[in-house]
Amino acid sequence: MIAIQTLLYLSGSILPLTIAAILVFGLLSHRPLYDDFIVGAKDGIQTVAHILPTIIGLMISVRVLRASGFLDFLQSLLEPAAQFLHFPSQLLPMTLVRIFSTSAANGFLLDIFQVHGPDSYEGILASLIMSSTEAAFYTISIYFTSARILKTRWTIPGAVAATVAGIAASTLITGILF
Amino acid sequence: MLNLLWSGMLLLGILWSFFTGNTQAVTDGILEGASEAISLCITMLGTISMWSGFLHIAEISGLLEKLSKKMKPFLRLLFQGLPENHPVNDYLCTNILANVFGLGWAATPAGLKAMEEMQKLNENEKSIASNAMCTFLVLNVSSLQLFPINILAYRQQYQSLHPEIILLPSIIATGISTLTGILFCLAACRRNFQTGKE
Repeated sequence: MIAIQTLLYLSGSILPLTIAAILVFGLLSHRPLYDDFIVGAKDGIQTVAHILPTIIGLMISVRVLRASGFLDFLQSLLEPAAQFLHFPSQLLPMTLVRIFSTSAANGFLLDIFQVHGPDSYEGILASLIMSSTEAAFYTISIYFTSARILKTRWTIPGAVAATVAGIAASTLITGILF
Repeated sequence: MLNLLWSGMLLLGILWSFFTGNTQAVTDGILEGASEAISLCITMLGTISMWSGFLHIAEISGLLEKLSKKMKPFLRLLFQGLPENHPVNDYLCTNILANVFGLGWAATPAGLKAMEEMQKLNENEKSIASNAMCTFLVLNVSSLQLFPINILAYRQQYQSLHPEIILLPSIIATGISTLTGILFCLAACRRNFQTGKE
């Protein structure tokens, strides 16, 4: 329990400390801090308004998969593989989709939060996986298409290594916490 | 990619519900999902606006610029094939910092610029990725995000007692994935250097 208290204390200090550092630096450079904050916050509202339609779309599609019973079927299908990997089968669909699309994976993350709760083993592990991995194939294809690259050499092996390391680290850390 | 994935998920779910007899639940899911997205976005409006407000202070006061200067020696180590004092370094820094602070939407334009410059400097055939390009992508894909602010908003929306508890563990997990990516890149670049072919 002491470990959890320490973790809460440390994790809880990150955001306030970062904000304090930003404010102190801003004060030292004689900026009108509140005015700057307002300008930035306005951008934030636009950002959310911009992604709102994608959230509606993906929330619906994950909900339909859940309600139809397909997700339960998929989980039972993936159960042997999950057990072999010592990984919860409930998280496999999210983890697979993660490589292709962040927003689709977010839809699955929210489904996990709704079914298991954000503070459950599944909820914490899913949060960590989402934070420590990226939409690898999507990112690679966007950048290489823009530069007209056809031979990607060691990009994919490297990307897979980093992604697997992120998932493994998340699983280990969550295992220690629970 | 998302077009196929999204429509595929919906069609699969709808077809499946006709076999399992869950059509009523699917109807509810469609309606609930749409309205839940709105209440989620209301939570996100607060969190994301707060965060981009503070980051705007960091940007305009020159803090981000200072951080990006501090990052350059580290970049030199990773991107040995790129010339010093070339604009590509600035694009790389902007992309990496935006990723670190969870500003994915600000990272992509700088990343595309960096890619364009790296293509100009590419000594391979132009259809073959250079070491710098591979390194850049592996680094990006390893997730550099130290402030997963949107995940905090999602956790808050689903009544987490401690939304922020994941911050330190996620920094550790991200650190491990990024370190793995970096080691992979250094090893791959070195091997190519020794064999004399890119």
